[in-house]
Amino acid sequence: MSLKLDVVDRAIVQATQSGLPLTARPYHDIAEQLGVPPEVVMRRMQAMLDDGVIRRIGAVPNHYALGWSANGMTVWDVINDQVDELGKQVGALEFVSHCYRRPRRLPDWRFNLFAMVHGRDRAEVEAKARQIAALLGTNCRAHSILYSTKILKKSGLRI
Amino acid sequence: MWQMDATDRDIVNGLQGGFPICERPYREMAQQFGISEEELIARLENLLAEKVLTRFGPMFQIERMGGAFSLAAMKVPEEDYDRVTGIVNALPEVAHNYRREHEFNMWFVLATETPEGISQAIAKIETESGLAVYNMPKETEYFVGARFTA
Repeated sequence: MSLKLDVVDRAIVQATQSGLPLTARPYHDIAEQLGVPPEVVMRRMQAMLDDGVIRRIGAVPNHYALGWSANGMTVWDVINDQVDELGKQVGALEFVSHCYRRPRRLPDWRFNLFAMVHGRDRAEVEAKARQIAALLGTNCRAHSILYSTKILKKSGLRI
Repeated sequence: MWQMDATDRDIVNGLQGGFPICERPYREMAQQFGISEEELIARLENLLAEKVLTRFGPMFQIERMGGAFSLAAMKVPEEDYDRVTGIVNALPEVAHNYRREHEFNMWFVLATETPEGISQAIAKIETESGLAVYNMPKETEYFVGARFTA
């Protein structure tokens, strides 16, 4: 689903892409920058939050700086008619930061459920992956953990 | 070396979402942490400067704005890895690119204005690299959120 954002919404997105002003009245400062009343900025941002255009407003931690240096993309081959129910359960685990269903690319890629797991080291990621494996049980036919070893590119675009 | 104190940890853990939309949002949140508005702002500035936080503000869901996103992967021969990295990273549509330990050793996120932009970017990478790109757009999102504790 995609919503129609107008020129004011887009200007707000543009103005806040790198962050919210660290000032006493941040929304008023955005409003001044854009030349619109502060009530409009606050109302539009609340509407974008309600509609999911804005996922949330807050701090985005650098997980490496917090000591979460092992980053494992765990991937699972889950029986198709079970994957939606099980995907929700995996996504609800407190240590899973992202959880998606994606298409298989057979024969080379058989995995349809992706769950990002972070740990202080690989042993911690593996222990968490075992919890996912236990939850999926016999509905999962195979799995793998892909550790990131290098950031090749990270642009300013934040999601 | 600078280290986070208990208040910094409370801020990192307690401010990963739910920041209010009102005239004085920092003042409102500062009360919860038992500090002043000025101190909360100063601590956030410092957490950003120390790179404990990568960002402070709204997180957007680009698909909701009419753009498109996909995750794509490649199996790149080791001797060809630098060349292919250069080709992939040169595309402005590539937002992030990670090396991972697997036969599929290159994983990148494509972000484009339109859905057609994804297939155009993939076609370009395939032509220039001579390798297959496996497109794996999300079909269902079960959870997205960061729950990192400091």
